Amino acid sequence: MRGMKMTTENQTFAEKFDLLGCIQCGRCTGGCPVTVRTNLNVRRFVYDAYNEDLLDELSRMAEIWDCTGCHTCAVRCPKGLKPLEVLIGLRSLVVESGKTQPTVRDALESTFMEGNPWEKPRATRGDWMEGLDVKIAQPDQSVENLFFVCCTIAYDPRVKIVAQNMVRLLEKAGVDYAFLGEDESCCGSEVFTLGEDGLFEMIVEDNTELLNEYQAKRIVALSPHCFTTFKTHYPDLNKPVLHYTQLLAELLEQEKLVFKNGLAKKIVFHDPCYLGKQSGVFDEPRRLLKAIEGVELVEFNRARERSLCCEGGGGKMWVESESKIERLAETRIKDARALEADIVAVACPFCVLTLEDAVKALGYEEEMRVAEIMELLGELDGAQDKSNSA
Amino acid sequence: MTEKPKLGVYICHCGINIAATVDVEEVTEYAQSLPNVVVARNYSYMCSDPGQLLIKNDIKEHGLNRVVVASCSPRMHEPTFRKALQEVGLNPYYLEMANIREQGSWVHEDREAATAKAKTLVAAAVAKVRLLEPLTSREVDAEPAALVIGAGIAGIQAALDIADAGFKVYLVEKSPSVGGRMAQLDKTFPTLDCSACILTPKMVDAANHPNIELLAYSEVEEVGGFVGNFDVKVRKKARYVDVSKCTGCGDCAKECRLANRFPNEFDEGLGKRSAIYLPFPQAVPAKYTIDPEKCLFLTRGRCGKSPKCVDACRAEAIDFEQKDEIVTFKVGAIVVATGFDVFDPAKKPEYGYTDYPNVITGLEMERLVSASGPTGGDIVVHNGEEEITPKEIAFIQCVGSRDQSVGNEYCSRVCCMYTAKQAHLIKDKIPDATVKVYYMDVRAFGKGFEEFYDRVRREGIRYVRGNPSEIFKRGNKLVVKVEDTLTATPLEDEFDLVVLAVGLEPRSDDRKIIDLLRLSQSPDRFFLEAHPKLRPVDTASDGVFLAGCCQGPKDIPDTVAQAKGAAASALIPLARGKVAIDAQVAEVIEDTCRGCGFCVSICPYTAIELVTINRMGHSVEVARVNEALCKGCGSCSAGCLSNSIQPRSFRDRQILPQIAALGGIR
Repeated sequence: MRGMKMTTENQTFAEKFDLLGCIQCGRCTGGCPVTVRTNLNVRRFVYDAYNEDLLDELSRMAEIWDCTGCHTCAVRCPKGLKPLEVLIGLRSLVVESGKTQPTVRDALESTFMEGNPWEKPRATRGDWMEGLDVKIAQPDQSVENLFFVCCTIAYDPRVKIVAQNMVRLLEKAGVDYAFLGEDESCCGSEVFTLGEDGLFEMIVEDNTELLNEYQAKRIVALSPHCFTTFKTHYPDLNKPVLHYTQLLAELLEQEKLVFKNGLAKKIVFHDPCYLGKQSGVFDEPRRLLKAIEGVELVEFNRARERSLCCEGGGGKMWVESESKIERLAETRIKDARALEADIVAVACPFCVLTLEDAVKALGYEEEMRVAEIMELLGELDGAQDKSNSA
Repeated sequence: MTEKPKLGVYICHCGINIAATVDVEEVTEYAQSLPNVVVARNYSYMCSDPGQLLIKNDIKEHGLNRVVVASCSPRMHEPTFRKALQEVGLNPYYLEMANIREQGSWVHEDREAATAKAKTLVAAAVAKVRLLEPLTSREVDAEPAALVIGAGIAGIQAALDIADAGFKVYLVEKSPSVGGRMAQLDKTFPTLDCSACILTPKMVDAANHPNIELLAYSEVEEVGGFVGNFDVKVRKKARYVDVSKCTGCGDCAKECRLANRFPNEFDEGLGKRSAIYLPFPQAVPAKYTIDPEKCLFLTRGRCGKSPKCVDACRAEAIDFEQKDEIVTFKVGAIVVATGFDVFDPAKKPEYGYTDYPNVITGLEMERLVSASGPTGGDIVVHNGEEEITPKEIAFIQCVGSRDQSVGNEYCSRVCCMYTAKQAHLIKDKIPDATVKVYYMDVRAFGKGFEEFYDRVRREGIRYVRGNPSEIFKRGNKLVVKVEDTLTATPLEDEFDLVVLAVGLEPRSDDRKIIDLLRLSQSPDRFFLEAHPKLRPVDTASDGVFLAGCCQGPKDIPDTVAQAKGAAASALIPLARGKVAIDAQVAEVIEDTCRGCGFCVSICPYTAIELVTINRMGHSVEVARVNEALCKGCGSCSAGCLSNSIQPRSFRDRQILPQIAALGGIR
């Protein structure tokens, strides 16, 4: 065909990431949250990556692993570029060469073998359901809301409470739902940001096939990472995807969500990047918190579109930062402390982990706690079994 | 057709535009072989004088009665060649053009295939030209008056020029006063003359001109007819003030129960006005207006015992019984000068415009720095805690311009310079202030602009190359999160005041004007001119012209220049007193028309109506074409169920042989 490049494989780096579209305005680096603590300057990478001869050198720079995948650079870019994907493209070169950090290699291998990056057996993915009567989806049975749990929520003892409380809440509200159970497999969000193109492509194909099989009206994701990944990287998915806060806000409006108790606490909500900046879901989590009697909802100065990243995404769970400068999660917790918040509420498993670490590091355990919204909602009904969440 | 067709075929090289890809000799030879072709020639530029002479001489010498020119699209040069035919006494509509450039050489690389295609296109033109009929274009009288919509500087200037040329102008302005955006500006770049000082005399001139009828606080509701003969309906909105009595004293506004309770639009909400108000002190007409959405008496039916404005007005001008008034008139031409909106920075929440009172727009800065503004020209802002005179001030360029994320890809053309001007004015008023301008490119393209930019930098305004990404608050300071791209340094700079150099956008109420005048929009959503270079003030609607920022962002000199251009163009039909009506329009065969009205509903130009005729003693409805409105697009013809409506020169019997020839059928 007249020498036209027909496949993406034939695209140059510059074409793939539209590098010539860049006007070097600096909004990407200007908005990048990690610049306060690392040397990452994403604009420079967009500029330098145009030179193919430099790609190898660029891919060996440690900063490419500092990106948290928050997407601020992409959201702010006036020319429609996604600067962070240039960094991911460079990470891909490293992954292809097989010279990744062992932690990254293990996470990717585990995702390939076991369907999760946490090196847990596929067979134990449903262990969080122990003691609960959970409806499991059957391909031939139609269901309104098909739940996608997320690897972190399914396996991490700290955040599995999110799924457990969700089941209790759905049962109580009489919602038509089903979970995927052990058939569920990683959405690939972190595989994508770690730069394992091939594996990600395979995951998207497999998951699309799996999810399309079910006769569900919609998919409800518990993690914003799965939610946004499905929405942006799964073009052939045959049903809409919601984040759970959207479903619950809907139930709230239909008056199907009634909380037994109130909670007389000052709460500040931290917008997860994948939920807010990337998917525009700002109001629903706030509506849920405001619906709780006694809650005084306060706002960070940097809220909503200006929310500060917690550094949990972009594969950062497997790449330790070298920087000795204060973590953004700690900055965030200090801001919450200045607001005299009792609770930092979040709607993302990664945010729970990073912010809670920051509370511990700063020694604020007595003054405040970090809680997933589902945890709080569970506590209102007295449904939470403390021993279960520990 | 009585006489035998005698054809001349002329193949143009267009320099190398055609000749490099199409074998013009081969096409010429082929044309010579076609039926009825007497002469076929090729030439380097058929449109040139010698090229035209070639055709004219052949017509005279060989008695040609049909001409085919194989060259470019007819858009540009069909009129050229028609004129050539006419000059030697041949009907100008005996011409057919074969487009072997845009549809041939420009889009093909293969010489052989392009040559073959050119031959086919020539054969098709030859097949059609034999069947063309002579047509005559008509002229109708033009109404010696113009409508100008919008009375900002563009509308005022266009109205003054047309009126000065001796023609009646109806100047319609939606808001209570003329003046538009320019009236809101403090000084103008790069000369620093006071905007009001140069504008207000023109406002007054427009209002007092014997040839201008000013319809302020009015909106155009309907426009019918066509170039030379537009029927216009305007709604004069009730001011609830008798303008013949109002002296503009302002006692009413002082006494109003809701005095100084509402954000003043003219001051971009920084100042307050009453429910009865004069938008600004120099307003023209200097007559008060009652805001019907705010006035207690108009919204609730009562205002205390009696409305205080009524009590206060010594001229007894308040009239709550006043109703909207409909005015109708005829004009020959229309100038659209409806202006622009400024970008709403709430669409970029990362700049915190709705959260922080000391993040303001450039237009708000104009009011703040203006001696006639809400602070009397003192630059004071509220930082969330207290009123302060800002000492550290930032300007952010390109807010809402050059930005796909908000759907505005274009450069707004004025922000770089108004920022430089405002920075200068701030430095003038607060000499110890630090002023930084965050930019990505400085575009100082106009006369005196670069010199002004140089001057401002030397006054100590610091230009930092980097477009800020975010504003948040730390203590009582605004933090601008930005990268200095020249040193690759990410910064968190602190300020007391941030001015967002907001760009220009099409007006949010443009849709109404688009529907009214059948205008088109360019991809940037501004009104589309007929040709980006050669017809910059014309539109696709004949007799409708554009002036000012409704066509695209521009500064005052460019706006005034364009307004003068639009006025000159509008004056052509008015001064001539006649407008030509193209002959290539649709024609109804009344004998077979069934009056179904399908064509009426199809016609995009509302050029067809049903009329009742007498057909052998019976009253029947048939379609009738308003030839002045018809563009000859042929939609009606394609839709007609009985083949009763066909565009001249594009009748079935003319184009079917042409199509057959394209398919290789002779």
